[in-house]
Amino acid sequence: MSHLEKDTFGAKLGMWLFLFTEILLFGGVFILYSVYLTRYPKEFGLGGKQLDLVYGATNTVVLLTSSLFAAMSVTAIKRGAKTATLTLLGGTIGCALIFLFIKYLEWSAKFHHGIYPNSPKLIAGPPGESIFFGLYYLATGLHGIHVIIGSVLMAWTAVMVQREVLHAGDNVTLENVTLYWHLVDLVWIFIFPLYYLIL
Amino acid sequence: MTNESAEHILSYGKLVTVWVTLLVLTAATIMVTRVELGVWKVWAALAIASIKSGLVIAFFMHMKYEPRLFRIILFVALFTLAGFIGGTFFDVLYR
Repeated sequence: MSHLEKDTFGAKLGMWLFLFTEILLFGGVFILYSVYLTRYPKEFGLGGKQLDLVYGATNTVVLLTSSLFAAMSVTAIKRGAKTATLTLLGGTIGCALIFLFIKYLEWSAKFHHGIYPNSPKLIAGPPGESIFFGLYYLATGLHGIHVIIGSVLMAWTAVMVQREVLHAGDNVTLENVTLYWHLVDLVWIFIFPLYYLIL
Repeated sequence: MTNESAEHILSYGKLVTVWVTLLVLTAATIMVTRVELGVWKVWAALAIASIKSGLVIAFFMHMKYEPRLFRIILFVALFTLAGFIGGTFFDVLYR
């Protein structure tokens, strides 16, 4: 199999190029947000005050911790520590599930108050308010889909680590999946202050 | 050359230090935005978010230890995004 040697450099470069398209995708959502913030500062202020800072801050800590576990799993696999790699990947997925559960609680509370896309309450209210919550659901929803995809990829890599397809000598797949996971964290690092803090 | 950078392994201790710094910065951004600073709190929050992103990219994402080409394309992507933001706001603010 020596002629099938993996091109680690190329694999990582390809992953980074993909991540740049993701940065531009979320960048577009942030541009929309900031343009409408300058147009409807009052409604955005009122909307932002309805978001729960405790949910937002808790999820920030949960996601940062998951990112730590993901980064540590790369160290573990390169040192040949299979059990530690699997435990750390489990920790990452666990944090992702906690994040999604908190997001579920947060969205349920909003739905309960009649705040969801196209809800009668938002339609009756000022346009700035429905734009704010529309962008809130767009940004956190798109981010949430990335969390789900990231968790599935993480579980898939864990299976490959378990089967020793990935090991100390060949682990670029794990590295690339953790890169994707850190991007999910990066996006949240900006969603959190923009939606929960500055308004 | 590429082997050397691919084999660079970050210690658990260093990763935990980065994580603690990120948590401290998160606490700082919450505190700074609780104070009524007007438009400055937006800039303060964005500045802290950028520092946090820098730490995640440099250490968790291993960018500090990758070949220079990776950093060049990262800056191309960020400049492209900055261009979109700048162009949009030039239109929004001075139309």
